[in-house]
Amino acid sequence: MKSYPISIKPFGERAVLVEWPSKVEVSILADILDFMDAFKELKLPGWEMSVAYNSLTMVCNDEHLDFDNIKRIILECHEKQASSKTKRVQHLWRIPVCYDAEFGIDLEEVCKTLKLSQEELVKQHTSHQYIVYGIGFLPGFMYLGGLPSSLEIPRRAEPRLQVAKGSVGLASKQTGIYPQDSPGGWNIIGNCPIPLFNPSLKDPCFVKVGDKIQFQQISKAEYNLHKIEGEVGIYKPEKVLLNA
Amino acid sequence: MLKVLKSGFFITIQDLGRFGHRDIGVPISGAMDVESVKKANLLLENDPNDAVLEITMMGPKLQFEEPTAISLSGAHLEPKLNDVAIENHQVVQVSKGDILSFGKLKDGFRAYLAVKGGFQTEKVLDSRSQYFPVTKKKRVKDGDEIPYEESTSYKPLISEVKIEDHFLTDELEVFKGPEFALLTDKQLAGIFSKPFAVSKANDRMAYQLNELIEEHSHSMLTSGTLPGTVQLTPAGRLIILMKDGQTTGGYPRILQLSEAAICVLAQKKAGDSLSFKLL
Repeated sequence: MKSYPISIKPFGERAVLVEWPSKVEVSILADILDFMDAFKELKLPGWEMSVAYNSLTMVCNDEHLDFDNIKRIILECHEKQASSKTKRVQHLWRIPVCYDAEFGIDLEEVCKTLKLSQEELVKQHTSHQYIVYGIGFLPGFMYLGGLPSSLEIPRRAEPRLQVAKGSVGLASKQTGIYPQDSPGGWNIIGNCPIPLFNPSLKDPCFVKVGDKIQFQQISKAEYNLHKIEGEVGIYKPEKVLLNA
Repeated sequence: MLKVLKSGFFITIQDLGRFGHRDIGVPISGAMDVESVKKANLLLENDPNDAVLEITMMGPKLQFEEPTAISLSGAHLEPKLNDVAIENHQVVQVSKGDILSFGKLKDGFRAYLAVKGGFQTEKVLDSRSQYFPVTKKKRVKDGDEIPYEESTSYKPLISEVKIEDHFLTDELEVFKGPEFALLTDKQLAGIFSKPFAVSKANDRMAYQLNELIEEHSHSMLTSGTLPGTVQLTPAGRLIILMKDGQTTGGYPRILQLSEAAICVLAQKKAGDSLSFKLL
């Protein structure tokens, strides 16, 4: 697979920012994930990393960070990764969403602006698979790529002070789910009843960067059932292994 | 248990933070002014990561249900044990039933209360730091009981230190942020040639500054942010992310506060003056 040029910048006393070309592309994401796997194999203590689209923020929780030394290690690691590649496990997750007007508080306005019927909007939103390009902003919030251009709509002029947990929104090239109550400016078209972040679990966030998401329309009755299943912790999201 | 008779303005339980979970969007959290926490824990020969109370602006009224030793650091809030004045940076032995109360805010913004052995609340994702919804509670409230272990035999090596507080400065030391190169001469002059005032919009997530600099129209892909990251909004506003701040953001990251500068900023309140010094 193709390996991209990277730039490495210091980011305060404890972090470095590694940047790939400024584009949203699956092959760039794959290069970042390959690099992360290779870096993790070095087992350097104290490091944590987070991906967002074309960048990787690497934070060292130990007191001292020697930038020149870590830059050399990162470059070596990035160069070597191509030869020693292990297969990464990736999943497609089917995420239930209820698009009833009760939850999709902006649905009517969004349909009007996009000149789509509600059925057509839901059909388009649920027929694509979205790639998880990063998890951040809030615990369990996924940055999803791959929204069809027919569903692109600017974020709301005035953000809401409170968007409900589980709200599914659209904003320019992005779609996503608010994992908790939060202020937010996205156009809300539905709600997902299952928790995307659960700190009491060993793995609080089942979705991983590089996975794919597909939304699945559910009825209000199914919504209520999944909501209860989620609250008592017995809901098992449907998944398909992508690279068996 | 430490019984919270009155909870003051905003109190949370904090240790040094929740490391190792930023890959799933969990902020680091932890004490805003780590230097003060380290001092308070050091006097009690605690581990630096032992949990303390972070007391913002206004002091609570607290009752100790077991004997222990305590120390205070950070903001000066006229602390009193059973109505007798005590000092910051002093080991104070407390008995069962003693009441810790506070007076007026004299200096700083966040005070820290440490007990011998640290507060023993539940750890979630390796930390006791309160951050909702990772922890079930967002803050300490009236009537809460906070667990700690009884200690009657602690003989401190040093019972009191006189040190000048690190936050008695208006200057924040900063490094260049990842998008520093985008700044125009006019923006640079706006940042480094005059002071800013802390806005009313300041909390554990972020500090906004009142004065605007020249606006911009740069757009960038969302990327990682850290405590101390200074973001520049298109309208020209500076937002400094703090310990509960989001792990990613889409505004240019023009500056990055040093670890020491984060501890200084943590002790500033709305209206306080600040200036930036590039390291």
